[in-house]
Amino acid sequence: MKKNNQQFNIVLSGVGGQGLITLGNIISEAGFLEGKEVKMSELHGLSQRGGSVAVQVRIGKDLSSPLIAQGEADLVLAMERNEALKSCHYASKNKTIFLINDFEIYSPSFGNQKLPSLDKIISEIKPFSKKNYTIKASDIVQKQLGLGVLAGIFMISGAANEKLIPIKPLSILKAIELNVPCDFDLNKKAFLLAKDNFKKGLK
Amino acid sequence: MNITKLIYKPKGEKAIFLGNFAVIRGALEAGVQFVSTYPGTPASEIGDAFSLLQKSGKTGFYFEYSTNEKVALEAGIGASFSNMKTLVAMKNFGLNVASDALLPFVYTGSKGPTVIVVADDPSCHSSGQEEENTRAFAALAHIPIIEPSDSQECKDFTKFAFELSEKFEIPVILRLTTRVAHQSSIIELGKIEKPNRKIGFKKDYRKFVTMPPRVLEMHQELLNKLKEIKNVSEISKINQIKNPSSSAGVGIITSGISYLHTQEALQFFNLKVPVLKLGFFNPLPENKISKFIKPLKKVLIVEELEPYLEKEIKILAKEVNPKLKVFGKDLLPEVKELRPEQVMEAIAIMVDKKYRAPKIKLPVVIKRFPSLCAGCPYWSIFNGVKQAVKESGLKNEDVVFGGGIGCYMLASFAPHNIQDYLLCMGSSMGIAHGIKKANKNQKLISFVGDSSFFHAGIPALINIVHNESNPLIILMDNQITAMTGQQPYPGIPDTGRKEKGQKVKLEEIVKACGVKHIKIVEPAEDYKEFVKTVKDFLKKDTVSVIIARRPCIRIK
Repeated sequence: MKKNNQQFNIVLSGVGGQGLITLGNIISEAGFLEGKEVKMSELHGLSQRGGSVAVQVRIGKDLSSPLIAQGEADLVLAMERNEALKSCHYASKNKTIFLINDFEIYSPSFGNQKLPSLDKIISEIKPFSKKNYTIKASDIVQKQLGLGVLAGIFMISGAANEKLIPIKPLSILKAIELNVPCDFDLNKKAFLLAKDNFKKGLK
Repeated sequence: MNITKLIYKPKGEKAIFLGNFAVIRGALEAGVQFVSTYPGTPASEIGDAFSLLQKSGKTGFYFEYSTNEKVALEAGIGASFSNMKTLVAMKNFGLNVASDALLPFVYTGSKGPTVIVVADDPSCHSSGQEEENTRAFAALAHIPIIEPSDSQECKDFTKFAFELSEKFEIPVILRLTTRVAHQSSIIELGKIEKPNRKIGFKKDYRKFVTMPPRVLEMHQELLNKLKEIKNVSEISKINQIKNPSSSAGVGIITSGISYLHTQEALQFFNLKVPVLKLGFFNPLPENKISKFIKPLKKVLIVEELEPYLEKEIKILAKEVNPKLKVFGKDLLPEVKELRPEQVMEAIAIMVDKKYRAPKIKLPVVIKRFPSLCAGCPYWSIFNGVKQAVKESGLKNEDVVFGGGIGCYMLASFAPHNIQDYLLCMGSSMGIAHGIKKANKNQKLISFVGDSSFFHAGIPALINIVHNESNPLIILMDNQITAMTGQQPYPGIPDTGRKEKGQKVKLEEIVKACGVKHIKIVEPAEDYKEFVKTVKDFLKKDTVSVIIARRPCIRIK
């Protein structure tokens, strides 16, 4: 089977309203700034209003499909821990790293159903992952910056610092500047916050 | 990225473009002058970005959000008859609404070149009513259909569609699917053209009037025109053979997003198989296809939804290569969008390769349905309706709740669970009338959104009044087209342009339709009044309308 080390596939999963499309745009832009090919696929509309969202970003060479094939994700970046489970289709034991924001978002559609514990989620993901990381990103940014939605910027900044994404942190910062010009200072704070707090909080 | 700045980047630069934005850039490079649309995912960004461009002072084109897609197309036809370069954008269901104008327009033909962008949504990611395949309009309307795969092609094919339309005086459909319209990839930019055309309607009875017997001549002329366009299709570079070297007697024919999955799969296997990539769906380059399949033993047709290509190719194969084994929907699903691994499996079977996508058991996950935003006025409306039903001594089972297209589709889900039928724009009222005629004692509450009401609701309301049935209609006036991303609609002065327009008042229309029981209520602040009105109106002998007016929480 072909092993292509020149491509890197990212699934961004989470809940509508968490800014996943913006995150995807930032990662794509950062890859583009480094001279790489990029492809991104996103979904809009009503199903994304508080529903599940999955944005796919591919970076590298000779990209064709905007969709990641089954088991071919290199990184699943889940902004909500239950949503991480929905990305298992794209993941596989031999290559996929899961980076999970240890954070829950309630939906009225859950009714009386009980959500699984973090341990249960991790045990379900294990057959599909080479490695799992969790971090309480939403709690950290909420506490430090007072705005939970910055968790995504914190996560991709941390992921770049820890080389979980093959993109330089400075390219990510530049891409943030290009993609979120109006709140740049606040986003930059979230970006910088990851420098000291991401590795420390990683489990 | 500032969208205006992105779309107007200078010639020669490269940038990441969403497919829909690339269509806009292509239209600007072609020198588009008139743009109309009705918002619908996955095509909404086309109108929204044109609106932004116009508001930020870009000139050279007129833009409007029209009342519905038929009206948008008709406005476009008027512009085309006046020799303007015209773009009309909509989602697939919009073309159904517009089809009454579309079919004769293909007969008259365009004067100013006209491109109609239609976005399909395989898998119904953002589509309630059905999994539509716009390719069917090729047969129904005899209209040329062009299918891009990625953002670069979205731009280039839009320009090409304008050229084709200009040359043959025929409207052209640019068919997108969700994964093309909402795919971001890098494109190289061309020059934005400043249009220079003589504008104005010049009378031409033979061209613009479809009266019989002239209309029959027009039918023949259209068929002749399509034969000429087929000759273009035969030699056009947008129908192209990729990886031409072949040894094993196998080939693949595909187009649109399916082409990208195909290339991905071939790369995955490190296989060199010739691929005929079609940019034209209609008219098909039959000679080129025949030549491609003639030396083959096996061919795989990779396409989403119905096997339209496969059927055509099977017919061609009977003539030029009866022994050819044609694979298609025997290996690939007809429902839902294709996934790369499905194409990998199909190719593996054709080339006798042992490959199956790993069979896995995915974790069971609690479903997360979309939900109304916190603070959405519909919370009060749905709660109020349920409370009123209860206080009227009725159960939810005793009342039929009519649903329509908009955020109020979420009435289907917990905790509301009050949607008993859902079909298309404006239909909640039209269907309500039939249910009432079937059983006049049936209690029925029909929900209709403000934008849907203007779009397709008014004739249904007039029918209810004139033919006398008595549903309770709740007109959900949140002052915006909310679901597709807060586009304006005729009920507010905003037009999506810098210039304000005249506001059309819902209550005046409802009254003018002859409705006797009308009340405007603020459903959250005057919640009690809202509940009381629902209870009162449920008892009325003639149709009643509550205009529940409270702005969408997302209005900026």
